[in-house]
Amino acid sequence: MSAPLTILGSGHAGITLARDLRKLAPDLPLRLITREDGHYYYKPDLSKAFAAGKDADGLIKNPLEQLVEQLKAEVLVRKDVTAIDPAAHAVQVDGEWLPYSKLVLATGADVVRLPIAGDAAAEVLSVNDREDYGRFRALLKPGARVLIIGAGLIGCEFANDLAASGHAVRVVDIAAWPLSRLLPEAQGRALQEGLGKLGVTWQLGASVASLDRVGGSVEARFSDDSRATVDVVLSAVGLRPRTRLAADAGIACKAGIVVDDHLQTSAVDVYALGDCIEVNGRLLPYILPIANASRALAATLAGTPTKARFPAMPVIVKTPACPTLVNPPPPVAGSWEVTGTAPDLEAVYKDESGKPLGFALTGAATSKRSQYVPLMPAIHEPA
Amino acid sequence: MRKWRCLICDFEYDEAKGLPEEGIAPGTRWEDIPDSWTCPDCGASKADFDMVPA
Repeated sequence: MSAPLTILGSGHAGITLARDLRKLAPDLPLRLITREDGHYYYKPDLSKAFAAGKDADGLIKNPLEQLVEQLKAEVLVRKDVTAIDPAAHAVQVDGEWLPYSKLVLATGADVVRLPIAGDAAAEVLSVNDREDYGRFRALLKPGARVLIIGAGLIGCEFANDLAASGHAVRVVDIAAWPLSRLLPEAQGRALQEGLGKLGVTWQLGASVASLDRVGGSVEARFSDDSRATVDVVLSAVGLRPRTRLAADAGIACKAGIVVDDHLQTSAVDVYALGDCIEVNGRLLPYILPIANASRALAATLAGTPTKARFPAMPVIVKTPACPTLVNPPPPVAGSWEVTGTAPDLEAVYKDESGKPLGFALTGAATSKRSQYVPLMPAIHEPA
Repeated sequence: MRKWRCLICDFEYDEAKGLPEEGIAPGTRWEDIPDSWTCPDCGASKADFDMVPA
């Protein structure tokens, strides 16, 4: 058999690409290598699974055997790729070099962890894959007190999911309002209030100083000297692209793996897709950009070079307590203009010349998405 | 009227309701949605949807 096209990673990016590739190249030899168990689940479901009554197994959409059959691919599970040799076209697994025709890095992102003092700091959990979710769920007794560190997208989604399923949720963040990096204050406050009505307690403008185990509970001390007693601590302070494997192989990386308009890295026949890449200097840790990029990359890999387009794509924040949708503006000086009555707010981010660069909608205003999308510049439009 | 579900993310398109916020009127049949349309939640293509058994 000729060397297979090889995809590293079985998350949304890796599997979406494999599916798209199979539509165009039914007979191409294909190999997936993953450190997970290979059962396919939809990662955004992790932060809405409690209210849906789903345990870790309940999240599986395609068991491994079914996935293998659908994709007609060889899937190596629970395997860590330890090195890439772009010149030799091979990846190292368990000390053995496996050849590839072309390689796609769909390795995703690692959770960022803040340093915290105290003897319970090591008990802090993050939920970044299905197995993490299983561990987290096993620890959560009905009505448990949960401290969530981070009021960003994932933190707010978990706050909604856990509060809606009967847990006592407290969210701590150094920022003044939730989703502070994505929303203007008025909309952040609407989200804060919506989740507050669900029972979420906010500890804003503060950070966790220490976590100590006291009997069956964890005593949290905050930077403002207040304290709280909780059962479980969940960290959701952000993601960092997994670039080490690529960087070790001499592939160009900045914050993410650098790719060109065809999603090729600086190494010949090595491509990258999903949360691990950087496009036009921006990370795109969201689900929607993967779909377009995957279709383009599948065409390229099947023999028709196709540039990936990144049109404006609003991010849906899964907080039913205050529906929220945001098309984040690029890092350009400007300001938000907010209209409407809370919680139904429309915000447009404009640069200094008045050109709209981003928008955010909360509450009932989220139904107006299609009015705003056409006004937005693309995230990246290839030349 | 039928429903169609995204195989990737479980988003459901209900022909009876349409998707007015995307300019698809209530009652629009699945066949009449353009092939270029994609799932509003995950971006999957129309081919990635299956009809929901009645």
